[in-house]
Amino acid sequence: MESIKDKVAIVGMGCTQFGELWDKDYKDLMVDACYEAFEDAGIEPKDIQAAWYGSRESGFTGSHLANALKLEYIPVTRVENFCAGGTDTFRNACYGVAAGICDIALACGVEKTKDHFGGFNMDITDPFDRSMVEWELPPVSQFAQLANGYFNKYKLSYEQGKNILAKIAVKNHHNGTLSPKAHFHREITLEQAINAPMISYPLGLFDACGVSDGGAAAIVTTPEIAKKMRKDYILVKALALDNGGGQGKLRSDYDFSYIPETVEAGKLAYKEAGIKTPRQEIDMAVVHDCFTITELLIYEDLGFSPRGKGPEDVEAGTYELTGELPVNTDGGLKCFGHPLSASGLRMIYEVYKQLQGKAGARQVKKADVGLTHNVGGVCGYFNCAVAIFGKP
Amino acid sequence: MVGITSYGAYVPLFRLSREVLAKGARGEKAIGNFDEDSVTMAVAAASDCLKGIDCGTVEGLYLATTTSPYKEKLAAPIVAMAADLREDIFTADFAHSLRAGTSALRAAVDAVKAGSAKKVMVAAADCRLGTPGSAFEQNFGDGAGALLIGDSDVAASIEDSYSVYNEIFDVWRADGDTFVRSWEDRFTSTHGYMEVVAGAVSGLMKKSGSSPGDFAKVVLYTPDARRVAGLAGKLGFDVKTQLQDPLFAAMGNTGAAFPLMLLVAALEEAKAGDRILFASYGNGSDAFILQVTEQIDKIRDRRGMKGHLASKKLVTDYKTYLTWHEILPREEAKESVRFFSAPAAWRERETNLRLQGVKCKVCGTVQFPPQRVCTKCHTKDQFEPYRLSGKKAKIVSFAMDYVTPAPDLPTVTTTIDFDGGGRMECYMTDGEPEQVKVGLPLEMSFRRIIDRDGARIYFWKSMPIRA
Repeated sequence: MESIKDKVAIVGMGCTQFGELWDKDYKDLMVDACYEAFEDAGIEPKDIQAAWYGSRESGFTGSHLANALKLEYIPVTRVENFCAGGTDTFRNACYGVAAGICDIALACGVEKTKDHFGGFNMDITDPFDRSMVEWELPPVSQFAQLANGYFNKYKLSYEQGKNILAKIAVKNHHNGTLSPKAHFHREITLEQAINAPMISYPLGLFDACGVSDGGAAAIVTTPEIAKKMRKDYILVKALALDNGGGQGKLRSDYDFSYIPETVEAGKLAYKEAGIKTPRQEIDMAVVHDCFTITELLIYEDLGFSPRGKGPEDVEAGTYELTGELPVNTDGGLKCFGHPLSASGLRMIYEVYKQLQGKAGARQVKKADVGLTHNVGGVCGYFNCAVAIFGKP
Repeated sequence: MVGITSYGAYVPLFRLSREVLAKGARGEKAIGNFDEDSVTMAVAAASDCLKGIDCGTVEGLYLATTTSPYKEKLAAPIVAMAADLREDIFTADFAHSLRAGTSALRAAVDAVKAGSAKKVMVAAADCRLGTPGSAFEQNFGDGAGALLIGDSDVAASIEDSYSVYNEIFDVWRADGDTFVRSWEDRFTSTHGYMEVVAGAVSGLMKKSGSSPGDFAKVVLYTPDARRVAGLAGKLGFDVKTQLQDPLFAAMGNTGAAFPLMLLVAALEEAKAGDRILFASYGNGSDAFILQVTEQIDKIRDRRGMKGHLASKKLVTDYKTYLTWHEILPREEAKESVRFFSAPAAWRERETNLRLQGVKCKVCGTVQFPPQRVCTKCHTKDQFEPYRLSGKKAKIVSFAMDYVTPAPDLPTVTTTIDFDGGGRMECYMTDGEPEQVKVGLPLEMSFRRIIDRDGARIYFWKSMPIRA
């Protein structure tokens, strides 16, 4: 089995403003994201030989991307893979290039969530898709189960647990103020986060990410072609994806204190990239903080913190912008916002900018290796994508 | 000998203080939670009645109610399947009458006597609504009773019966009416209840050659708290020693289920050798004479009336009652892509109604919902059915949602592990946020989930074990 390492390069990326974009539809977001990427890569839409389009709610077929961009009779494939859809879209485009089927490919993820009341459909939490008997609640109650599972396992009181989660929210809100394209640009205090209205116990308003509209796009090609296009192209080091088979929903050996799909995708990615000590070798990461508890679990599941020690690293400031391993430098899902299938590509956009040294006020000191991570679905039945990037 | 071989009952956990409805009004009425109806209550009473009994031996199920969710569609099969009864049995709904419970009882006794079935379950449940502000609203309660009729191991034999009918407009509900209508009390009590039940009871005593002194207890339907004492006195019974308490202070008039529930309460106190006279009312009356046997001591371990009445929580505001009973509109989720699918509901009937999972024949792992390939050993199609509804369970993890539009905020969802294996994720009902924690012991309760396109979807929820 071959590795994707160093076989594909990113030569251009685009990302729209994220937020409640009442005056834009999903085709506006396709055009805005893709044209920024075309401009960044210095190419025209006609140079694209194949495209992949990621969405869960918006524009249900690849043809909508072809129509928005006026692509002339090239293959466009729609990708859906829950919240990992954006990264999976990118992964498919990279595999097209690596297979030699196309030289230049486009990956675009867009979600127009705010045309739906509240954000998106609730069927997202219906794990076994049975005749309307399963519970129908927003995703927060799935992730609240992770928080209660984690608090129970590590004997954290509600107050202790909330304090750690609040620190993650405060960090991501700070980073969001440094991201012009983010949905939210507001510092919050620890007290605000802890005392915010309860959404689903123990998670409150500031434990939840923004539900946003947005789009992001990437142009990928071979390293040989990339070299001719720009000096600061970025290399793909690993593309891992795994889909859980509902093991945690069916089997009693899962205790809700971690996400096995993240653990397994992390292992695959580290193997592909040749990473042995992730905490030391990865310079910055953009991960799937749909809820603060998810980010806490990711620290441990990706091996940044030892099991049960995530809270200690939060207390030590390890994951802050100036810390040992900055996480969610652009504000994360929490503040940049979370248009489901656009998020994976938005994360890659942030790593791309950081590795190029173009991240402005939020630029981290050392950015040679960056990681992105998405998790989608429901607890016990997730999918997960982990991607790693490096400089040439 | 044909008679009652087992009994069961169900009174919802929640009670509404009548003081909430009218200043100075006394006692409490039993009210179903927002996710209960006559079908769910009948399932609970039938399951109580079937404790320790092989469900496979039951050969008929009659559901009696004036509040079926359907005008056209049999509801008895929902109850039969949720109570884990066989599919090759006779089922029928007895409806449209306060007498439906005893109509079903008579039919069950006749079926067993005629030899067409060995054991027939009668489950009666009701949740009638009185117009807000009316005396009916104060008097009506929600509940269910169940009797298993058979010809062996009889705990109370049915010695004799007698019925009369009476065409009168005293209480009624037309097709499309939400609330019960009535004519003025002075007319209905004279030519309705009092006259008709007295006629049936005296007729039965005359037919059987018995007199009031022959009975340890007289169990009579009553429209309100007071009337029954007058009737019993008039018939020559000693109200203090012989009349079954109509439980108005604790429960209220539970419609078609009421006479059966009062009979269960009487049987809980009865001794071998006791004779009981029992009569219903509703455009006529069915009266029965029962003789209690020594077998009665072997079926004492049900929750029954006593257990369910003792276990309660008070609802102290009117809005909750009105919302739960859909007198006030409920806010619903604005966007849901869920659609009702009759084929899916049919295909999954065993899973959803019996709460039937599977157990892998190779590695023994219990799985819910049923899978084709084992999650543990990956063997394909090597499963046996495994019913989970009767099992106890514990919380593995949970969430409590405070913002979703639901009548029971916070909406508690649980992932649970069953004793003996098997995991599922489900709503929790009838609990308090303060008691929810990892490890909390639970039992399963059959509840309403959603109404869509005129179809009512039922499923099982977890519930803190009821005291």
